[in-house]
Amino acid sequence: MTARSIPHEVRRTGFANRFRGRTTVIALVGIAILGVLMVVGVTVGSTQIGPFDTLAVILHRLTGLNLGRTWSDATDTIVWDLRLPRVLTAAVVGAALAIAGATFQGIVRNPLADPYVLGTSSGAALGAAIGILLPVSFAALQLGIVNILAFIGAIAAALLVFQVGGGGRAGGMTRLLLTGYAVGSILAAFLTMAMYVSGTNLRTIFTFLLGGLGGASWDRLLVAAPIILAACAAIAVRARSLDGLLLGDAAARHFGIDVRRERGILLVLASMATAAAVAITGLIGFVGLVVPHVVRLLVGAPARRVLPISAIAGAILLVSADLVARMLGDLPVGVVMAMLGAPFFLVLLYQARSGYEL
Amino acid sequence: MTSLVTPLGSPLATPILSAEGVTVEFGGRRIVDDVSFNVAPGERLALVGPNGAGKSTLLRTLTGVLEPRSGLVRLRGVPIRTVDDRTVARAIAVVPELTQLPFAMPVHEVVALGRLPHDPPLSGLREEDREAVASAMDRVGVADLSDRDARGLSMGERQLVFVAIALAQTAPILVLDEPTAHLDIRHQVEVMQLLADLNEADGRAVVAVLHDLALAANFFPRVVVMNGGRIVADGPPEQTLDAGHIRSVFGVDPSLVRLPVMTA
Repeated sequence: MTARSIPHEVRRTGFANRFRGRTTVIALVGIAILGVLMVVGVTVGSTQIGPFDTLAVILHRLTGLNLGRTWSDATDTIVWDLRLPRVLTAAVVGAALAIAGATFQGIVRNPLADPYVLGTSSGAALGAAIGILLPVSFAALQLGIVNILAFIGAIAAALLVFQVGGGGRAGGMTRLLLTGYAVGSILAAFLTMAMYVSGTNLRTIFTFLLGGLGGASWDRLLVAAPIILAACAAIAVRARSLDGLLLGDAAARHFGIDVRRERGILLVLASMATAAAVAITGLIGFVGLVVPHVVRLLVGAPARRVLPISAIAGAILLVSADLVARMLGDLPVGVVMAMLGAPFFLVLLYQARSGYEL
Repeated sequence: MTSLVTPLGSPLATPILSAEGVTVEFGGRRIVDDVSFNVAPGERLALVGPNGAGKSTLLRTLTGVLEPRSGLVRLRGVPIRTVDDRTVARAIAVVPELTQLPFAMPVHEVVALGRLPHDPPLSGLREEDREAVASAMDRVGVADLSDRDARGLSMGERQLVFVAIALAQTAPILVLDEPTAHLDIRHQVEVMQLLADLNEADGRAVVAVLHDLALAANFFPRVVVMNGGRIVADGPPEQTLDAGHIRSVFGVDPSLVRLPVMTA
């Protein structure tokens, strides 16, 4: 029962951490895969551009270095102005949604949570629909009114749910989730009404709801990316708070964590990242729910490992889904992801059923 | 571990934890009423009393989670609300309530959560953290469960793992609320023996809320009896768990509950 007579060395090896070291390898492999996918993503399209031309254009644009110019102006535009921002947007949004998903799942201690539990999706959708239907059009920071209203809608919905849902008070997670559901339903009703009266704009609204990277541009990316990166970095710094919450509020408190404050901060940060992502790409589902689970199968549950690996995996998933979507004639990326990703996830769940239950 | 603590509890030692006239109210209802008592370093005491006596509330006040309406809780003589949360967590380890984890997690990573108060925010576990986790699992006898998913454990195993979390915190005060609630008699005795050993061999102070008076009487040299938010008896079990208190506090005919310490 008490101290056993096991030699110290044996104890230490018996306690081998099967995830230690492995996380670094997975991260490096993931970054390599992502790099290759991004180059492929810029290469592939209706106009084939070789990987060397692709890299040469990027190098030229970034550093002014000219390795003997062999490409046309059209190639330059396609690579630099169209495909590169699109691929980068896919990577950044994929990472944002995966980190937000991992964060929400940890905060509400529920594996079914996704980045939209606080109603950000409905808020963004309604905001976008209003932006589409308004007879005015203006742009600030090179962003369209649709993006701006989607962002505002997402943030407003999250704040409303957070306030009404008790601000993440002790034991209030169920209340928070139910509030998110109720507010989401109200917003969805307004959205349906907006779609009903939208007439010819219906397709535009629908495109936002399906999510897509067709509208990606440097301007939008450069506004959204800093918000996303700052929020994600701030979440990653708070990994230990997320870990502390795994055993519930009381335990977290006894680990020296200011539960209310930390949870509030994490909810706000994850909602910011989500809102910035949906504002530029529309509603992309699946990444935020599924990626953290796949990552936990690989590296275990501690947030310190789950968050960075989720970012890489989310980027990989969205970049590759966009690649497939474009090869299939520009299908909505969310549709492609669910059609290819969900079966893959099912297989994983089936294989891991002994050690992993949702 | 022994370096953590000051000499074994003599009544003269500065209390490591103390309550001075602590009163706690919820919605106008007085749950803890003007309670004063000391825990000496290296002392082991059980807190008993009927349901609603205020035991758990007192415990949560003593650990700094609840703010008393009036009165003061001191940790090593310092008012606990002036001590920052992580410092408190390094001094007082509370065995977490048995909960289900939301995700699959091997036992050693669950136990490693006890290192959070020591963990620098960004790095992973350091060598000393791994040592503390390994030795906590060893001490509780769950080392062979190390790689098992914590969600597949039996109640008894899970309780031991949760004790290990608190041990990994390497705090000089160990606090438990009903640590034997879901356990069979063998596991109950095992947990009690472990607490006695942690107290006697390592010199940790142990404060446990218990419902089982026989366990309290058998394994704790000091038993504090609470009723209606007040401490009504405090001392060795022979004095505090006598027939009179059994009748007056618990409202039970003492002849129906024969405790080993009861002579009358």
